[in-house]
Amino acid sequence: MINEEHNKIRITTIKNELGLHARSAAQIAGISQNSFANVWIQKDNEKADASSILDILTLACAKGTKITIIIEDLADLPILNAIADLVETGFGE
Amino acid sequence: MSEPVAQEKILKGINASPGICIGKAYLVDKEGVDVVEKYFINAKQLQGEVKRFKAAVKKAGDEFQTVLKNRPEELQRDYILETHIALLEDKMLYGRTVETIQAEGVNAEWALKKIVSDLKATFEKMGDAYLKERAADVVHVSDAIMRNLVGIASKNIAAIDKRVILVANDLSPADTSQINLERIMGFITNRGGKASHTGIMAQALEIPAVVGLETATIAIKSDDLIIVDGNTGTVIIDPYEQTLFEYEERKVGYEDYRAVITRESHLRAETTDGTQLEVMANIEFPEEIVSVKNYGGDGIGLYRTEFLYMNRPDFPEEEELFGKYREVVELMDPKPVTIRTLDINGDKAIASQSGLDEANPALGLRAIRYCLRKPDIFRTQLRAILRAAAFGNVRILFPMITVYFEICEAIKALDAAAESLEKDGLPYKREIDIGIMIEVPSAVILADLLAEKADFFSIGTNDLIQYALAIDRGNRNVAHLYQPLDPAVLRLIQRVAEVSREKGIEVYMCGEMAATAHHIPLLLGLGIDELSMNPQSMPRAKRVIRSLSVSDARSLAREALKKKTARGVFKIIQSAYGDIISELEYH
Repeated sequence: MINEEHNKIRITTIKNELGLHARSAAQIAGISQNSFANVWIQKDNEKADASSILDILTLACAKGTKITIIIEDLADLPILNAIADLVETGFGE
Repeated sequence: MSEPVAQEKILKGINASPGICIGKAYLVDKEGVDVVEKYFINAKQLQGEVKRFKAAVKKAGDEFQTVLKNRPEELQRDYILETHIALLEDKMLYGRTVETIQAEGVNAEWALKKIVSDLKATFEKMGDAYLKERAADVVHVSDAIMRNLVGIASKNIAAIDKRVILVANDLSPADTSQINLERIMGFITNRGGKASHTGIMAQALEIPAVVGLETATIAIKSDDLIIVDGNTGTVIIDPYEQTLFEYEERKVGYEDYRAVITRESHLRAETTDGTQLEVMANIEFPEEIVSVKNYGGDGIGLYRTEFLYMNRPDFPEEEELFGKYREVVELMDPKPVTIRTLDINGDKAIASQSGLDEANPALGLRAIRYCLRKPDIFRTQLRAILRAAAFGNVRILFPMITVYFEICEAIKALDAAAESLEKDGLPYKREIDIGIMIEVPSAVILADLLAEKADFFSIGTNDLIQYALAIDRGNRNVAHLYQPLDPAVLRLIQRVAEVSREKGIEVYMCGEMAATAHHIPLLLGLGIDELSMNPQSMPRAKRVIRSLSVSDARSLAREALKKKTARGVFKIIQSAYGDIISELEYH
């Protein structure tokens, strides 16, 4: 249980050429919409609701941007992993 | 077999803004996606309103799904549609609209419009070109919801994206402020007169407008090809090819002509015998200053201040008024800005004053009468004007002065406003020129008394003619009797000019009469010192003035005053200045 808080965040880097554009944001939002609690994408000090394409887009994440994925409930761990996988595999582009 | 050729139809209306445009019609009243009304929803019905919104989103989603299914093979890899479907229920759009409906108790259309314009602004501000364009996705999606909310069959949005000619029953200032004006080539309305808001807006935007057509929204369908001739007040529906060619030529001719007179508009308006006439602008919005400067205006002869009072539940604060006035004053400095105090009339009812229900508003509690009755509202405006005066060259103009007592009271209120500013330690300037708007026959009769209280008179011909001849210009049965050249009107103007000379004050004119080319020789001859008009008319007026001499104009005025009818007056102007006028007026 010591690592509970630590498990709720994941830091990763945007790898795909286009960055977090509409289609990739839509994929993240699609996954996040099934969460129990809030899921966030953070870039620097800005936080966006991961279930909103528009909110994600406003972060303007280009290729190479470091982002932090945050969940509020450990029950959403599968969602955290799925988003991190998507980002790391470059959204299958 | 050839298609039957559509019959060309011609509608005649009132020319409210010059120019010619040819394009597709877009009916606002029937497919009014662009015009969103705001109304409040009773708390008990809010859930129903949210449901209505959700239903519209669902329908829009179904439409997108249908398009998706029927999509041609080669577009299968295009993810835009999928994104749009996902956006329909995005929290930032969907969730926030629902929240707005509930929190503000407003209708779904208004809530959606509000959220969309915020989102649009957020994206358009972004540095990344790709992200900037996402604003268009948001608009596309919200348009689809809006169409389903308003309950109109889905229409190809691409058609609206093109530049169109707006056809409406009437356009209120609230409507026009919500329309995306970059898309509009011209305005056509069933209602309205020459000085209606639609006309003023169209002139400010420099696009043609024809108003008072009565049946435009019935005769014209969306997407009809129409020609709007704002010079003659003609609208042609489904024009023949021949007509189209003719108007294309006229359009080019008109634009060339505008270019020529605009080029020389910065030169002074000096007569051939060396008298300079000031040519000033009538404006309503600070944005109009651009055209005032482009067209070489010598100042603002009439700054209408009603707009800030319209379409709102409360009255504007002093700071807001001061900010707007100061902007205009600073932009025009050192040229004069004549600020007319609040002139509410039947055409511009104030929302917060719905208690005012008069059978005959033109003869009712308006302008200075209203302001003297509401000292708090008046003081707020007077303070704002005096504060703006510290930043440039301001003149104040009191409208609808009918009796001597009113100007005395108005000046007292101005002094009191100055005193209160002094107490508050705010910068202001009290030593400004005070003007009286001469627009009621009694003010003409009392001109000698009123002159003692003023630094200048400004003749407002639109109302003066209406009151002198007892003609409501909006009434088509009598509109033809509205004659600026009627001998009765000329004698009124002559008296005001004469009294001004005797009393040593200036006399200006700020009605439409001043903007009409063939009236200018007469006005010069009668001794008007300054003409104020819509900015687009200034280059033409200056050109007319440059071709005149004061001595000829005076003898014309003497002859005109002997005539018994408006027709007689027009004839002598025509015989003396016909060549100038035909060049300028019928272009």
